[in-house]
Amino acid sequence: MSAATETAPVAAAANRMGQSVRDSLVIARRNLIRMTRIPEMVLFGVIQPVMFVVLFTYVFGGSMKIGNTTDAGVYKDFLMAGIFAQTVTFATAGSAAGIADDMQKGLVDRFRSLPMARGAVLTGRTVADLVQTCITVLVLAIVALLVGWRTGSAEPTNAGKILGAFGLLLLLGYAFTWIGALIGLSVRTPEAATSGGIIWLFPVTFVSNAFVDSSQMTPWLRHIAEWNPFSATVQATRELFGNPGVVQSDAWPMQHPVWASLIWSVLIIAVFRTLAVRKYRSAAN
Amino acid sequence: MPGAIYAEGLVKTFGDVRALDGVDLDVPEGTVLGLLGPNGAGKTTAVRCLTTLLRPDSGKAVVAGLDVLGQPNEVRRSIGLSGQFAAVDEYLTGRENLQMVGQLYQMRGRAAKARAAELLDQFHLADAADRPTKTYSGGMRRRLDLAAALVVCPPVMFMDEPTTGLDPRNRQELWGVIKQLVAGGTTLLLTTQYLEEADHLAHDIAVVDHGRVIARGTSDQLKARTGGERVEVVVHERDHMGEAAEVLAGFGKGSTTVEEHTRKLTVPVTGGAKLLAEVIRELDVRGIEIDDIGLRRPTLDDVFLSLTGHVAETKGEDGPADDAGHEQEKEATK
Repeated sequence: MSAATETAPVAAAANRMGQSVRDSLVIARRNLIRMTRIPEMVLFGVIQPVMFVVLFTYVFGGSMKIGNTTDAGVYKDFLMAGIFAQTVTFATAGSAAGIADDMQKGLVDRFRSLPMARGAVLTGRTVADLVQTCITVLVLAIVALLVGWRTGSAEPTNAGKILGAFGLLLLLGYAFTWIGALIGLSVRTPEAATSGGIIWLFPVTFVSNAFVDSSQMTPWLRHIAEWNPFSATVQATRELFGNPGVVQSDAWPMQHPVWASLIWSVLIIAVFRTLAVRKYRSAAN
Repeated sequence: MPGAIYAEGLVKTFGDVRALDGVDLDVPEGTVLGLLGPNGAGKTTAVRCLTTLLRPDSGKAVVAGLDVLGQPNEVRRSIGLSGQFAAVDEYLTGRENLQMVGQLYQMRGRAAKARAAELLDQFHLADAADRPTKTYSGGMRRRLDLAAALVVCPPVMFMDEPTTGLDPRNRQELWGVIKQLVAGGTTLLLTTQYLEEADHLAHDIAVVDHGRVIARGTSDQLKARTGGERVEVVVHERDHMGEAAEVLAGFGKGSTTVEEHTRKLTVPVTGGAKLLAEVIRELDVRGIEIDDIGLRRPTLDDVFLSLTGHVAETKGEDGPADDAGHEQEKEATK
């Protein structure tokens, strides 16, 4: 008897968990089907970072000083960690626009009237966005290899480290889509969500070590760049790829970039998932 | 024992707007209540409160014997909602939409699939089942939306302006579907701007204005209060208005309303078309030239006029109904 009463809440919690996973997968599947019906969205998502690679490599390449050299080849190897990181964060706009669209079209009302898990609509969306990010990153990696990017160009690396770097990138991208979800729930139109999902990413990704050596920045800006959550992932990725330009700094996130990247991403997910799910549940109150 | 849908003193405010100002409803099991009112009257807000989408500021709501505020998830299992915005995913096919909804009602994959196929047949959508719903006509979308609300055969259904924006043929067709549903024992609350629709589908009608129920009763009871049919004449010359009023008084069952500037006279009557012909003959005999004449059946405006003394303040003629109220809701959430 007492055993039964003790296990009941555990079973109920496991049930809820199972339902939450199932519902999220149903929604993720729905968003993935949508993606196949609007392939141009995926295409634009790929073109943009490819354009950045080409522009930065060939326009800025010869004039950027990394370490003690302005060699364009060194900059290319330095740059890729930054471009990868920026690319995964740009998925934010897609999540924001998608969720704002669902709100506007009345689909969120439909979902909220169904006996489904509370966070599933948002989790499903972010999971689908993660799949899209994987595709984008894969294409981007191929293009980068074609223009001459190589891992292990400055320090030795191995397959495990490289996979770890991609893992950190995808985790960062996933974390940022939760920020996108909150933006999507907070604005009035999908158009506003698209721009609202993107503009703040420019300062976040540029005031960092992604495109330039942050140790050359004015001290106050350098501090911001070094503590920027985004920089931690760039630094970690660069280090794991064995690419040049790893920032030498006393700042803790720059010294322990892998840990810093993990902590930041998990923290972002914890905070923004909570806020977004709360906002979703009271969407019309 | 309260009915399948029961509300007591529902209040909901958005900023300064009292969208619901103490709404009481009671819909016995297996019956249909028509919530009749103009745009912005609070119909949509009432439905949103009863379907767990909105939390009322105060009041009590019980649906299918479950407390809406206390057991929202249990309520969601027992209701189907079909909204005026036809909320289906436009990039998914009809089949995919229904399967998704089935799975979110916690049906297993195979069961959801079978149920989707069944509903597509029932709603004459089988031919279009595997096309994205973006390519559907307005009527098809409404049918799919309705089908989505029926995936688990919920005992209680809510339909928010199911036919707004549909052409007469599609409206008729949807009415047929709704009647079938009700014949199967479902309790239904539907909102509408059309008296004709409420007349057609609902056992009882509650008239809503400014967030309050201002009248309730059967369609016949409401019409009796409104005064039933009336003859409306527009005379060609202002000088003839006096004499025309005399003629109408002879046929009418009540006092004649005269609008000087539009040269329009209106009188309540019984006797329909036959009486109308007689009125025309008499006017003709007297040599009163007319610009327009007609037999009018009571409309929402008439119901409102007789209940409130003012015409229903619809905001915009054809736009998606309750837009105003809905926009206010959206505004207020920011």
